[in-house]
Amino acid sequence: MADEVVLLDFWPSMFGMRVRIALAEKGVKYEYKEEDLKNKSPLLLQMNPVHKKIPVLIHNGRPVCESSIIVQYIDEVWKDKAPLLPSDPYQRAQARFWVDFIDKKMYDASTKTWTTKGEEQEAAKKEFFEALKTLEGQLGDKPFFGGDNFGYLDLSLIPFYYTYETFGKSSVEAECPKFKAWVKRCLQRETIAKALPDEKKVLEHASGMRKNLVLE
Amino acid sequence: MAEVKLLKTWSSHFALRVVWALKLKGVQFDSIEEDLSNKSPLLLQHNPVYKKIPVLVHNGRAISESLVILEYIDETWKQYPLLPDDPYERARARFWAKFSDDKVFPSIWGVFIKQGKEQEEAFAQVFENFSFLEEELKGKKFFGGEKIGYADLALGWIAERVFELEEIGVKVIEKEKFPLVSAWMQEFLKVPVIKESLPPHEKLVTKMRGIREKYLGAAHPK
Repeated sequence: MADEVVLLDFWPSMFGMRVRIALAEKGVKYEYKEEDLKNKSPLLLQMNPVHKKIPVLIHNGRPVCESSIIVQYIDEVWKDKAPLLPSDPYQRAQARFWVDFIDKKMYDASTKTWTTKGEEQEAAKKEFFEALKTLEGQLGDKPFFGGDNFGYLDLSLIPFYYTYETFGKSSVEAECPKFKAWVKRCLQRETIAKALPDEKKVLEHASGMRKNLVLE
Repeated sequence: MAEVKLLKTWSSHFALRVVWALKLKGVQFDSIEEDLSNKSPLLLQHNPVYKKIPVLVHNGRAISESLVILEYIDETWKQYPLLPDDPYERARARFWAKFSDDKVFPSIWGVFIKQGKEQEEAFAQVFENFSFLEEELKGKKFFGGEKIGYADLALGWIAERVFELEEIGVKVIEKEKFPLVSAWMQEFLKVPVIKESLPPHEKLVTKMRGIREKYLGAAHPK
């Protein structure tokens, strides 16, 4: 029986991007279904009744929710290719710790840089870049957070590069040179190029969001 | 000297999860009680990012965040597996563990620190969360099936705290409305490893009462 894989997603979602990258890394064929978050489909509400959020991976009819959980699921099911998590338990714990750090410390700050202005925005930018600096410390001189190979922590962080590109270029380039180099390395991967939306589109979307929030 | 150390406090339910996991697997460990108002150099060294407990130190290497620690423990000591083998069931267990921390805890905290109309409104969220748990328990004794597992350890604080909450006047669950969750709580607390590791009841009640009064006092200063 062939695997049936469906992804319920919203194209600018950073969490959705993680799943798209993971599926691309593993070479999994899937059906992408775009959700209108203002008018959620019956399928989404049925597959994720608890949170009613994307991304949702539906594998042979069974839903998996929450991006970090979906990525680990993908790694465990399609285990014969491109391992995303390291094999050593301590290294795995480190990867999980830092993905959790990204979700706790960077997501809200990142969202606020796009959706606020003035002092609030400046505070959010500061928080975002402080977290980024902490992460950069983890990267050290390795090509990827996963070491020689691109992995779970790399794919969880790379979707935030839009925030970095838009709000940080001038102030951060000097301060986080390793991060900048890592971003470039990631964007050169075919799997990432396929999974991430065009930068211009993301900026247009954010611009529209800000107009709706009457920020500009 | 034990190669496994656990930095914890007597009342933290996050630390308790780790105690439960280590005991279920029969892993010997040294407990190091932390005073959070005066954090030890060891804690600051081993968890520089958050400076919080629990922290597991195994052969000199530190792991922080209770759910991350639980997975580490499960992968390092194979006896009494906490997570199932099947990837889909593993994803489900992880989902409910995350639900505990992302949704259930904040909702119960919400009713814990409020009273009157504000508390009544906060109860709606608790009710909704318990409804999801009730649904998940259909046909199961524990979230892990016949035996307690990862999700039970993650959600177990509910079973453990509900009685203290009731004693200080915050009743979060009614047996008639949530028979499966109520039965799960009772069965969970009967498991020997769980039962023998619970924090001292009176001490916990006193502490919780103090915290609640502090929040209520701050909200409505005299």
